[in-house]
Amino acid sequence: MRGADILGYTGSSIVGYHARSLLLLFAMAIGVASVILLTTLGEGARRYVTGEFSALGTHLLIVLPGRSETTGGSPPLFGETPRDLSLDDALSLKRIRQIRRIVPIAVGSAPVSWQSRERESMVLGTTANFLAVRHLRMAQGRFLPNMDPHRSAPVCVLGPRVRKELFGSQSALGQWLRIGDRRFRVIGTLGSEGRSIGVDLQDVVVIPVASAQTLFNSPSLFRILAEARTAADIPAAKAAISRAIRDRHEGEDDVTVITQDAVIATFDRIFNALTFTVGGIAAISLAVAGILIMNVMLVAVSQRTAEIGLLKALGATEYRILLLFLTEAGLLSLAGAAIGLGLGTGAAWVVGQIYPALPMTPPSWAVFAAVGTALSVGLVFGVLPARRAAALDPVAALARR
Amino acid sequence: MIRLTGAYRDYTMGTQTVHALNGVDLEVAQGEYLAITGPSGSGKSTLLHIIGLLDRLSQGGYELDGQDVTHLTDDKLARVRRETIGFVFQFFHLVPRLSAAANVELPLTLAGMVVAERRERVSAALESFSLADRADHRPDQLSGGQRQRVAIARAMVTKPAILLADEPTGNLDRNAGSEVVHILEELNRDGLTLLMVTHDPELSARARRQIRVIDGAIAKDHRGGPR
Ligand SMILES: Nc1ncnc2c1ncn2[C@@H]1O[C@H](COP(=O)(O)OP(=O)(O)O)[C@@H](O)[C@H]1O
Ligand SMILES: [Mg+2]
Repeated sequence: MRGADILGYTGSSIVGYHARSLLLLFAMAIGVASVILLTTLGEGARRYVTGEFSALGTHLLIVLPGRSETTGGSPPLFGETPRDLSLDDALSLKRIRQIRRIVPIAVGSAPVSWQSRERESMVLGTTANFLAVRHLRMAQGRFLPNMDPHRSAPVCVLGPRVRKELFGSQSALGQWLRIGDRRFRVIGTLGSEGRSIGVDLQDVVVIPVASAQTLFNSPSLFRILAEARTAADIPAAKAAISRAIRDRHEGEDDVTVITQDAVIATFDRIFNALTFTVGGIAAISLAVAGILIMNVMLVAVSQRTAEIGLLKALGATEYRILLLFLTEAGLLSLAGAAIGLGLGTGAAWVVGQIYPALPMTPPSWAVFAAVGTALSVGLVFGVLPARRAAALDPVAALARR
Repeated sequence: MIRLTGAYRDYTMGTQTVHALNGVDLEVAQGEYLAITGPSGSGKSTLLHIIGLLDRLSQGGYELDGQDVTHLTDDKLARVRRETIGFVFQFFHLVPRLSAAANVELPLTLAGMVVAERRERVSAALESFSLADRADHRPDQLSGGQRQRVAIARAMVTKPAILLADEPTGNLDRNAGSEVVHILEELNRDGLTLLMVTHDPELSARARRQIRVIDGAIAKDHRGGPR
C-alpha cells in the first residue's frame, strides 16, 4: 500500500466518523493549546521580569543599607542598628579599580508646585552619572551638571508625567518651581523609557544629591549604584565594595551588595521552574486526551470489525491493519495538535494585546514539546487498539454484519 | 488446483469440541464450477474460509496450485489471498463510507498498485459489471443487486484464479439473485474457478459439480450438471 493511499484511506475514515474525530481533535487541541498558552505566559513573565532588571543598567551592583538575612552569617549580638549609607561611603567606592561609575541615590517625597499647580512627588537626589548608568535619555534640556556631589544646586530634572501635570503643554525649561520649601529651576525633562522595577522614573523629580539631603534633612542614602567595568569584574567589585564599606563602618558588615546578574539569574531560575511546572500540568491534559484516544479507537475497532475482516479477506496483512489504525490515531493527534497550536498562539496573542508589556511569543521548545507529546501520546495510546484490530480473526470479523 | 486432505477445523467451546470440518478430502480442478449445499451449521462457510486462507486447519493438509499453504505466515497468506483469491459474501461487506469505485479499488490499493493502472482497472471492472453510472454512489445509494455486483467487481478486479462466493444470493430477491448467478457463471466460462455456497437447490443444480456437506464432512459429491 502506498503512503498516499494510507493517508487517503485513514482520511476517509476520519471524515466518515466525524463525530468521533471531532471529539478527539477537540481533546488534543485543548491539551496542546493549554501547554502552549501556559508556557507562553510563564516565559513571557520571565522575559518581562528579567527584561525589567536588565533595563536597570549594565554590570550593575546595588548597595543597600542593612544586612540582608539571605546572605547568612550570625545576627548582630548586641542589637546595633545598621549604620546608614552616607555620601562619603559612596564616594569612597570610586577608588575601586573594577568600578567605572558610582551613583549615590537619596529618595524622599515632597510637594512640588508651579504657579497654582501642586502635586506630591517622589524626589530623587543623585549625580550626573545617573543618566549614563541607568541608560536614560533626555527628552529636553540637560541632566544634572557634573559637579562636586557635596554641593547643592537649585536645579531639577522632571520625569515626563510630572512635567505634563505641572506644565501641561507649556515649556518647562527654565521655569522655577518649588520643591518643599525650596526653589529649583527646571533644566531638563526625562524621556519616557525610564519605567522599571523599583522607582518609576515617570513620576520623579531629580535634583542633586546634596540638595536632596538638605531638603529631607537627612545625610543617609537610599542606595548606591555601582557600574562594574566588565561582567568579569563584577565578583571582584562586589568583594571590594563590601570590604571598603566594612572598613569605613568599623568592621561591621552592615550593607548588602546585590548584583544585577544574580538577581536576573534568580528570577530566571524561578520563572523557568514555574514555566516547566505549569507546562507539565497542562501536559497532563494531553495524557487525558491520549486515554480518550485509546477508548475511542477501541470503540472504532469494534465498530469496524467487519471492515477489518474485509481488508484481511482482500489481502491486507496484520501489519498493514496495524499501520492503518496507528496512522489514524497519529493523524488525529497531529491535526489536533495543529489546531491546538493555532488556538494556543491565538490565545497568547490576545493576552499580548491586553497586556502589551508581556512578551507573548510561544517558546519554540514548548511548541515542539507540545506537538511531540501530542503525537507520541496519540501513537502510544493508539497502539493497543491498532494491535487489537490487527489481531482480529477475519472469519469472526466477517461473521458479524 | 485445490487439494484438501484429511482436513479438520475444530472449535473448542468450553469442554466441548465442535468439528466444523470433520475430515474433508476435496480436490477442485482449475475452471471448475462447484456448488456447495448443506444444512445450516454444517460447515460450508468454514470450508470456504479454509480454502480462501482466512482460516487455518486444525489438522490435515491444504495444497493450492501445487504449493503447500497449510503453514504459511500471515504475510504470505495475505499475499496469496491478494493475488489468487476473490471473495463474495452474503452481506456484501462493502465499506459504507466509500463510493462504489473506491470499494472496487480497495484491493488494488492494498496491493500498492500505481494510481493510473488502478483507475484503468477499476473503470474496466465497473464497466463489465454494468456499474459505470454508479461509480460515485455510496453503497447505501445502491440496490442489493447493485451492491453484490460491486462486491463481485471488487473480487474480480485483481483477476484472481478462484472466486469463493458464500451465499451470494442469500440477501437478494429472485431477479437480482439470478442476475448475480449469471454473472458468476459467465466469469466461470472465462476460466475462473468458482465455488459457491447456496441454499437454493435450483441454483446448485446449475453447477457442473455439486457437493453436499453434512456435519463437517462431504456427504455427496455429484459431477455432471446441466451442461
Ligand atoms: N468462531 C466459531 N466458534 C465456535 N464455533 C464455530 C465458529 N464458527 C463456526 N462454528 C461452528 O462450526 C460449525 C460450522 O459453521 P459454518 O461453517 O458457519 O456453517 P454453515 O456455513 O454451513 O452454516 C457450526 O456448528 C458453527 O457453530
Ligand atoms: Mg454459512
